[in-house]
Amino acid sequence: MHRDLRSKGSAGTPALLALLITIMVVATVYVFAANLYPAPPAITAIGDMIDRQYDMTLWVTGIVFVLSQLGLAYAIFRFRDRGQKASFTRGNNTLEVIWTSATIILFVGLGLLGRKAWGETRFVAAESNAIQVEVTTNQFAFNFRYPGPDGKLGRIDTKQISASSGNPLGIDSNDPTGKDDIVVPTLTVPVNRQVELILHSQDVIHNFYVRELRLQQDAVPGLAIPIHFTATKIGQYEVVCTQLCGLGHYHMRSLLNVVSDEDYAAFLKASAQ
Amino acid sequence: MSSHAHSAPHAMPAPTGFISKYVFSLDHKVIGIQYFLLALAAVCIGIVLSVLMRFHLVWPNAHLPFITGGIMTPEQYLGLLTMHGTIMVFFVLTTAPQSGFGNYFLPIQIGAADMAFPRLNMLSFWTTFLAFIAILAAFFVPGGSPISGWTAYPPLSGIGQATGPGEGWGQTMWIVSIALFCGASLMGALNFIATVIDLRAPGMTLMRMPLTVWAWFVTAILGLLAFGVLLAAGILLLLDRSAGTSFFVPAAEVVTDTLLNHKGGSPILWQHLFWFFGHPEVYIAILPGMGVASHLLSTFSRKPIYGYRAMAYAMCGIGFLGFMVWGHHMFVSGMSPYSGFAFSVLTMAIGVPSAIKTFNWLGTIWNGKIQFTSPMMFALGFVSLFVSGGLSGLFLAQPAVDNRLHATYYVVAHFHLVMGVAAIFGIFGATYFWYPKMFGRMMSEPLGKLHFWITFAGAYCIFMPMHFIGIAGAIRRYADYTGVQYLAQFQPVHKFMTIAAFITAIGQLIFIWNFFWSLKHGAKASDNPWHATTLEWSTATPPPHDNFGGHYPSVYRGPYEFSVPGVTEDYIPQHLAPQEVARSK
Repeated sequence: MHRDLRSKGSAGTPALLALLITIMVVATVYVFAANLYPAPPAITAIGDMIDRQYDMTLWVTGIVFVLSQLGLAYAIFRFRDRGQKASFTRGNNTLEVIWTSATIILFVGLGLLGRKAWGETRFVAAESNAIQVEVTTNQFAFNFRYPGPDGKLGRIDTKQISASSGNPLGIDSNDPTGKDDIVVPTLTVPVNRQVELILHSQDVIHNFYVRELRLQQDAVPGLAIPIHFTATKIGQYEVVCTQLCGLGHYHMRSLLNVVSDEDYAAFLKASAQ
Repeated sequence: MSSHAHSAPHAMPAPTGFISKYVFSLDHKVIGIQYFLLALAAVCIGIVLSVLMRFHLVWPNAHLPFITGGIMTPEQYLGLLTMHGTIMVFFVLTTAPQSGFGNYFLPIQIGAADMAFPRLNMLSFWTTFLAFIAILAAFFVPGGSPISGWTAYPPLSGIGQATGPGEGWGQTMWIVSIALFCGASLMGALNFIATVIDLRAPGMTLMRMPLTVWAWFVTAILGLLAFGVLLAAGILLLLDRSAGTSFFVPAAEVVTDTLLNHKGGSPILWQHLFWFFGHPEVYIAILPGMGVASHLLSTFSRKPIYGYRAMAYAMCGIGFLGFMVWGHHMFVSGMSPYSGFAFSVLTMAIGVPSAIKTFNWLGTIWNGKIQFTSPMMFALGFVSLFVSGGLSGLFLAQPAVDNRLHATYYVVAHFHLVMGVAAIFGIFGATYFWYPKMFGRMMSEPLGKLHFWITFAGAYCIFMPMHFIGIAGAIRRYADYTGVQYLAQFQPVHKFMTIAAFITAIGQLIFIWNFFWSLKHGAKASDNPWHATTLEWSTATPPPHDNFGGHYPSVYRGPYEFSVPGVTEDYIPQHLAPQEVARSK
């Protein structure tokens, strides 16, 4: 019989365990409350909406987190073996019903509330007058194509793809509408105008992620995937690939330039030459 | 329940030779230990890989051991990342809690002499062993280990060497290993299910099964439904790579200016198949841990488990819902956004049975008489980690919020806490708890506690900060933080996490030492050192070949009869006939 392992122990172990859990909770709450690692502010209205949904989720989970962890720490210390007799109970059906219903309402309700922000980005199609830019990804680069003065994108002929000879997208040399297409490695868009990106990939799956837009979308070979956004703040933001795409994944990066209408016109003019 | 099992102790005579006793054994207990040792070897490799990666992330120019050339290249980093994930998920988290402890204790806990199909059991282990050899071989083949992550998304994984080093032989070995593993897991799952249904001792009704048995049973059902799908997907991927088919590789696929001859496959189809397996897989990893935690919390609080039925139903609920949420891994994949929303609501719903379990765990220790043994420490740690890791899932389950957090370190933090560390705490708890029964000796308590303190504090120091930088936008699966400018600001946090990871990894040596040292030098264990109630404690330590020495126990009550009023001892074993229970006056 190893009574020594089971008989009442010192208060040291439960006190330390309860303390560790409490420290963990306090440290975590502090980091959030002091906002030590702030995300940059969103630059779209939908981004703000996503952040509000995020904040609401943070409150709900934060309260559950603090209460359950501190409850655990309390029970660990309070109900340590001091030679008392454990109370005998097999449970309580009323309590089971209460906490089951409460979590259903809380969790599923939160999920249903999240529909709005998601729907605004994905259920709603881009406006017909949105600026269209084609995004083509390959290992390990982004290319952005604008239709040029004629307003039309040239046909793609995959056989003509050749990064080394300056035609990374394979724009068909026999198609006149492709002659004036603008192909650039960074994305420039005007502020407060809706932009629709059509995402393509030539080789493996990549991703278009701008944290300030609160938007990410995979670019999948064989698919043309539209996403849209309206940036409301002039500035330069990093575009990164978040889908593991090969050994150069970590440096697959581009820039999003959100500029004034005048600067956008100047950009198109300069690029067309 | 089967009456024939009651009268016929064991179909297989006890083996005599070394080979039949310890190598090609048909005894579920030996096979359980074999699985456990395989997982132990795997976890050591997995931890070394993770520490190497962590070092590289903060000291990219450091010369590291085991790295060809000394300084890690991006493809080596991705190779380690892929191998770490694969080895940990399949060969540790699936192998130890289910195949290891499940094999050893499921038959004993239900009062059976062995698994329903001992030969299938042996075949299942040796197939897993082959799968393990195959995945290790991927380190050494030309081109090195695969770089596509444990999820192996095509086309990166579906074309061959053209998409990157390691995508030739390395990726092929990966698929072969996973296919073998799937086969082995299917055999194991069938065996577990048949054993639970057919071989329960008289009186062992479903609602008297220990919650560990419920967990292994539900996990086996998940395995049976999930691994078949991954096996099929793996074979299709192999065909795409080697036979020119186009299941996952689309037409007009151009790799480095070269047009490939594929026609009309769908990369997203792989994601559906993979995650149809992959999400149940995370429950395969954690459910046995939930079973073990429930079992230990009740035993060491000297209280019946709170809400036994709710606990059993919650596990079934998790298993059932677990098959309807795979799409939450694919919110940004290009899948229909309406599907994404449906998957989101179902995923939020799966938080409900998880919350039920948490409340009942707290209810179990509440007003108890908590004994702080090493297994109990890990069970309590499990609850804390499960809550922390589980709640962050409520963010990721919402596609809008996932737009912000997807593929960041937030996700890495979430799944490591909940299916990695929490599940491993379940394994540790089970090891400290059952070691005396398995090996006849106790593990050292002081070393067990020291191991707990380092691992518990260490795990939080590694994974809590990971949430913070993930929220700020730190991307996962990057070999280097020089490519994207805004990532540089997170380096101090990375440094902190690396040091924590290193200390935590070193701390695991205490466990290894305790495990092997105690085999010879641990205090002799009695048959029931913890004063526990379930059937494994009613037999000799270690149990004889047929588990109960020629007779079969009968079961008279539920598994968690602690501190019953009017009874002398504070526990009543399941096998004790009512007239044998000593009553106080």
